[in-house]
Amino acid sequence: MTTGLNEPANRVHEMPDFRPSARFWARLGYGAAAILFLAATGTLQGYELFLASSILSYAIAAMGLNVLMGYNGQISLGHGAFFAIGAYSAAICIDQFGMSFAFTPIVAGIVGMAAGWIIGKPALRLEGVYLALATFGLAIATPTILRSDLFAQWTGGVQGLFLLINPAPKWTGLDLDQSIYLTVVVYFLAFAYVTLRLVRGLNGYAWLATRDNPIAARAMGFDVTKAKTRAFVYSVLACSVGGALQAVAVQFVAPDSFPFFLSISLFTAVVVGGLCSPLLGPILGSAFIVLVPNVTEEVWQGGSWAVYGAVVILVMAIQPKGLAGMFDWLKFKVAGQSGS
Amino acid sequence: MTFFLEQLIIGLSSGGIYAIMALALVVIYKSTGHVNLAQGELAVFSTFIAWTLVQMGVPIWPAILLTMIVSFIGAVILERVVIRPFDEADDLVIVAVFVGLFLGIHSLAGAIWNYEVKPFPSAFSDGSVQIVSDLSIRAHTLGSLLTTCVVLAATWFFFRYTRLGLALRASADNHESSRLVGINVSFMLALGWGLAAAIGAIAGVMIAPVTFLDPSMGLAPLIFALAGALLGGITSPFGAALGGLIVGVLEAMISAYVPYGIEFRELIALLLILSVLLVKPAGLFGELVTRRV
Repeated sequence: MTTGLNEPANRVHEMPDFRPSARFWARLGYGAAAILFLAATGTLQGYELFLASSILSYAIAAMGLNVLMGYNGQISLGHGAFFAIGAYSAAICIDQFGMSFAFTPIVAGIVGMAAGWIIGKPALRLEGVYLALATFGLAIATPTILRSDLFAQWTGGVQGLFLLINPAPKWTGLDLDQSIYLTVVVYFLAFAYVTLRLVRGLNGYAWLATRDNPIAARAMGFDVTKAKTRAFVYSVLACSVGGALQAVAVQFVAPDSFPFFLSISLFTAVVVGGLCSPLLGPILGSAFIVLVPNVTEEVWQGGSWAVYGAVVILVMAIQPKGLAGMFDWLKFKVAGQSGS
Repeated sequence: MTFFLEQLIIGLSSGGIYAIMALALVVIYKSTGHVNLAQGELAVFSTFIAWTLVQMGVPIWPAILLTMIVSFIGAVILERVVIRPFDEADDLVIVAVFVGLFLGIHSLAGAIWNYEVKPFPSAFSDGSVQIVSDLSIRAHTLGSLLTTCVVLAATWFFFRYTRLGLALRASADNHESSRLVGINVSFMLALGWGLAAAIGAIAGVMIAPVTFLDPSMGLAPLIFALAGALLGGITSPFGAALGGLIVGVLEAMISAYVPYGIEFRELIALLLILSVLLVKPAGLFGELVTRRV
């Protein structure tokens, strides 16, 4: 283990992912995790449930953004805009049409995808830093649009909207927090499943190929434009559904809930959690962006941004694959040690 | 007509500030190839330093000069310590590092000077200047317009007629060849950052009397400056400055004449950025950056 020569050999042994038994264990693990998430409805209470709902709804958004940034290599600093669009769609559905909150993410997803298509169509012709700049502009422009009097009739203007959310019917025995959490978990599991399928399937290869070498990807027969558009639309879908669930969890939307820094937070969640880690990364990352402000804001106002900033730079310097990458590295170390 | 002229001058004045910011962006882009997303926050931080100096009783002009020197040194250190290690990294890493820098500087400013909105003294007299019979303009507006002209001229002179300016341009153009003729490229990169921060500091102290001073002050100017720089061409100092002026005038006109225009100013900047990048990615005066695949 100590000699450099042994390491590649070890790594070959470290790839049991394709053996059927490993796949079985992985599936068992996913199943157990899913049951754990569902079971938490009964054990967590009040504020913990709210925190868990927040983390999972941010995790949905981060999962989508991770597909875009990690797998497809497109940089977006503006996905907070789609998060806001989702949240406001949900809020308007509840406020104006009295829709049941559990179905609002579906409407939000449709509205978000339409907006994403309008913005993505031109934006996706940009590459690398330029896409980052354009979306950076989007992030800065979003709060001012939400604040506008022009749409105040729908959005509630600066005051925002309070959402009246009814808990699940009595026979289920769930209170309000529990029914919100359960809804969030169901959407989360659906997105986790779809994301894994997309990433491990042909789409995933198309995304990776497009990221690593667009010309070679085209030569291999992948439609590069289509792959990029798919990644973008999927990320927008995830962000708007995440936004809708977040709005439901908070039961309130206002322009100030979607500041410029929201987009930066989502970016931070993806980068800190770990690029190209389809599930673990987004969960760790969104736990990071939800829990860190809880601690730091008590110490010093705005302190969480300093922590975000420092952690982002540190992660880039130490382990560009983020927390999930560190996790993998630890696992590799431990497994390597026991194997030799 | 008077109203129009008034708006035009206001637009030119804020456009001038965007032009200075855009110039700062261009200086860094030309020397390192990075778009400095933290430029606005750096300018705000510098402005806070100037504010502190003024509070301590330093007269405003010496305070501005001192701030520029401090910003210069600070940015050189920042480049050396934070940016340099990521020199060869790919786009995503660079953007992430700039975002980290952005957040760090922003909250550092908030931690030191808190989030209260502070008035900032104008570097010029408080009154207004009568130009024609019924057209009077605030002295600060005219003053910052004048400052812009001076800064632009000075920057142009520096790059065009000094040895150091030539060396900077050379190292921006081609690292290897510059090294071969004996230019210390590494020093030039740091110098580029220092210059950009000093120029940005001027933009900060010019805009603070208008918008008041708080840690979030840098966001809107940054996006307008970015729009200006991209419009004029991010590789051309002259183009970027002109782009900044155009964006400023556009902003003033839209705020004045379009209903709800004042609420959608940032959206205009966004649309401008998008359309320039799509229609003419090099901007009006820039040269197209071609990438070998």
